[in-house]
Amino acid sequence: MKTAWLILPALLASATPSFANKVFVTNERGNTVTVLDSDSWEVIGEFPAGNRPRGITISPDGKELYVCASDDDTVRVFDPETYEELHTLPSGPDPELFVLHPSGNPLYIANEDDNLVTVVDTKTRQVLAEVPVGVEPEGMAIHPTGKYFINTSETTNMAHFIDSASYDITDNILVDQRPRYAEFSTDGNKLYVSAEIGGTVTVIDTSSEAPAIIDKISFEVPGVQPEWLQPVGVKATADGSRVFVALGPANRVAVIDGATDEVLEYLLVGQRVWQMAFTPGEEFLITTNGNSNDVSIIDVKDEKVIRSVQVGEQPWGVVVAPD
Amino acid sequence: MRILRTLFAALCMLPFAVSGAMSLEVKSGVIRVDRTRPLPVSRLDLPPEDLGFAGAQLGLEDNQTTGRFLGVDFTLETRAVPPEEAAAALEDLKAQGVNLVVVMADAETLLDLAGRAGPEVLLLNARAPDAVLRNEACRANLLHVAPSRAMRTDALMQYLVWKKWPRLFLIHGSHPEDRLLAESYRASARKFGAKIVEEREFVDTGGARRTDTGHVQVQRQMPVFTQRAEEHDVIVAADESDVFAAHLPYHAWDARPVVGSGGLLPVTWHAAHEAWGATQFQRRFERLTGRSMREEDYQVWLALRIIGEAVTRTGKGDPASLRAYALSDQFELAAFKGQKVTFRPWNGQLRQPILLGNRHVTVSVSPQDGFLHQNSQLDTLGTDRPETTCGAF
Repeated sequence: MKTAWLILPALLASATPSFANKVFVTNERGNTVTVLDSDSWEVIGEFPAGNRPRGITISPDGKELYVCASDDDTVRVFDPETYEELHTLPSGPDPELFVLHPSGNPLYIANEDDNLVTVVDTKTRQVLAEVPVGVEPEGMAIHPTGKYFINTSETTNMAHFIDSASYDITDNILVDQRPRYAEFSTDGNKLYVSAEIGGTVTVIDTSSEAPAIIDKISFEVPGVQPEWLQPVGVKATADGSRVFVALGPANRVAVIDGATDEVLEYLLVGQRVWQMAFTPGEEFLITTNGNSNDVSIIDVKDEKVIRSVQVGEQPWGVVVAPD
Repeated sequence: MRILRTLFAALCMLPFAVSGAMSLEVKSGVIRVDRTRPLPVSRLDLPPEDLGFAGAQLGLEDNQTTGRFLGVDFTLETRAVPPEEAAAALEDLKAQGVNLVVVMADAETLLDLAGRAGPEVLLLNARAPDAVLRNEACRANLLHVAPSRAMRTDALMQYLVWKKWPRLFLIHGSHPEDRLLAESYRASARKFGAKIVEEREFVDTGGARRTDTGHVQVQRQMPVFTQRAEEHDVIVAADESDVFAAHLPYHAWDARPVVGSGGLLPVTWHAAHEAWGATQFQRRFERLTGRSMREEDYQVWLALRIIGEAVTRTGKGDPASLRAYALSDQFELAAFKGQKVTFRPWNGQLRQPILLGNRHVTVSVSPQDGFLHQNSQLDTLGTDRPETTCGAF
C-alpha cells in the first residue's frame, strides 16, 4: 500500500509531491469513525467506534488511534490500518477530550462528569493519576516541552496549569464563559483558550514563570447574531503566523494573525463547525461540521475553503495520520 | 488599538491573573415559602421535600469548586417556612450575616420580604412570575432569576407563529393566577400576530383532583367542554393552578394539539434536556439528589451561580458590589441553554432562552429564528425597555 503511494506522485513528476494521509473523523451521533484520503478527499472507510465518539487523536508513530467513546466511559484504541479495536484504556466517566504527551505516552483525559483529569499510561493501560480540577473539565493541551499540561473547566471558567511530574495545579487563569479548547503555539510561548459562551479567545503568555493574560480576541460577523459567535476548536500554524478558530453555530472559521491577534478573515464552512486538524505539512485544515454532517477542507496558504465532504452523522473530532 | 485592548484585558483580569490568593467568605441563603395547596393532577408533579434546595446544593458545590482555586468560601443556609413565617426567616438569616438571599415565594410574600430586607440585602426571585414585580412594584434590591409569565407566553407564541398555527382557542382557569396567565397569552398573541378565535373559562369546582377511576368521567367531560369552538389550529391552556390542562390532550373535541399548561410547555428547565452540555449538568444533579431536576431547582441553582460568578469576577462579596456587577455589561453566565444569560438593567430580570418541552423531550427553544431585536434577541421575550414601568433601577 505504502509503495503504491510513493510511486504515484513520482509518476506525476511536475506536481508537488503530496503524500496521502488518512483523515479520521468521529461521528458523535453515528457512533462511527469516517476515514478520508487527504489527497483525493474521498471517503475510504467507516468503522464502528463505540457509543458517542468525540475526542480523537493518534500516536506520534501513527500506530494507535485513540477515540473517546463518551457514553461507554472508555477510550477505545484502534489500529489505523485495519480499523480493528486493539483494546480500551480506563478513562474515567464520560471522556470528551484528551491530549497525548509529545512522546506518545501518557494520555491526559478530561472527565466531564467527575471534575477530574485522568492520566493513563498508554502502554501499561494503568491510571497514573486523577487530578481534581474545576467543574466540567473539557479542553486539554500539553506544553511542547511536556513539562505541564492545561485543562479548561467549563463551569468554573478556568484554565488549570498542571505539572506533569507532580500533578499539582500550579496556576489557575480565569477566562470567559465555558472554555472549550486550549491550544499552545508551537514554540510554547502562547496559549489560546476559546470560551464558547463568552464568545472570546483568551491569549495567555506562557513564556515566563507566571502565565498572564495578554489579549482577548473577540469576533464580529455582519448579519450573524453575536450570541452565535461561539469559539470552539483552535489550531495554530507551526510558524505561529496564523491561528484558526472554529465558531460553532456561526458556521465560520476565523483566521487570526498570530503576531497581532487581529481577526483577518472569516471563512464560511458547514453548520456548527466544531474541531479542526491540519494535514502534516499544514497544507490543509479539516473542520468538522456537526449539523451539516460534513467536513470542510481549507487550503491553509490561500485561506480558502476548497471543498466539503459528506461524512457520518454529527461529525465532532478529527485527526490526521502522521507521514 | 491593540495595546488598548490588551491593557483593558489585563486590567479586567488583574485580581486573578497573578494567582488566586484572596480570602473571602460569601454567605448565601434560600427561603422557600410553602403554601398549602391541593395535590397536583399528576403524581409525577408531587413536589419533592428538597425542591429548590437541591438546586441550591448543586450551585453551592459548583461555586465551592471554583472558590477552592481562588480562596473564596461559599456557604449556604436554607429555610422552608409557611408565608406567615417568611419575615422571621429573613430576620434570622440577616442575624447570621447572610445578606444574599434566594427566595421561592408568591409575589405578595416576596414584596413584603423585599421591603423588610433593606438595601443591605440582595434578594433573588427564583419563583414568582408576576409582571407587577418587574414593573410598577419593582424593587431595587430584588433581581429576578425566574422568568416572567410574559417571557414564557412570548416563547410559546413565537413557536406557534413560526409553526404557522396562528388561530388559538384559549382555555383558562378560574383562579386569579390563571387569569393573569390568560392575559399574558392575549398580550403575546397581539405582540406576534396570532389570533385568539375563541376563549372559554374552565371553572374549578373544587374536589379531589385524583380519584380511582377519574379518567372515566374526564373522557366524557373534556370533549363536551371543548366542542363547537371556532375553527382553530391549537388549544392554548392557561391553567397555572393545575386543574384541567393535563386532561386536554387526546380529549379535546377537535383533533388539535394542546400547548401552554398542558401538552407543549414553556419551561426554564426540562429533565430530558441534553443540548449544550446539559447532560453532564443533569447527571451531576441526579447523582447528588437521586431524582431528576425540576424547574425550581434549576432557577435556584442559577441564582447561586449568579452570586458565584459575580464574586469570582469582582473579588467582592457585598450585595452592592455584586448587584452592580450583575447589572453591568460585563456580567455573563453560561447556563446550559446555548447562549449567555444576562440581566436587563431596567428591571433586574434575567434574560434567558425558554425551553419548549413535552413530557419526554425538548421540542424547541425560544427565541425562534427570525424574531429579531436591535440589542439582544432574548429581549423579544417579555417586557422590553421601552415598555417597562419599573422606576427603581
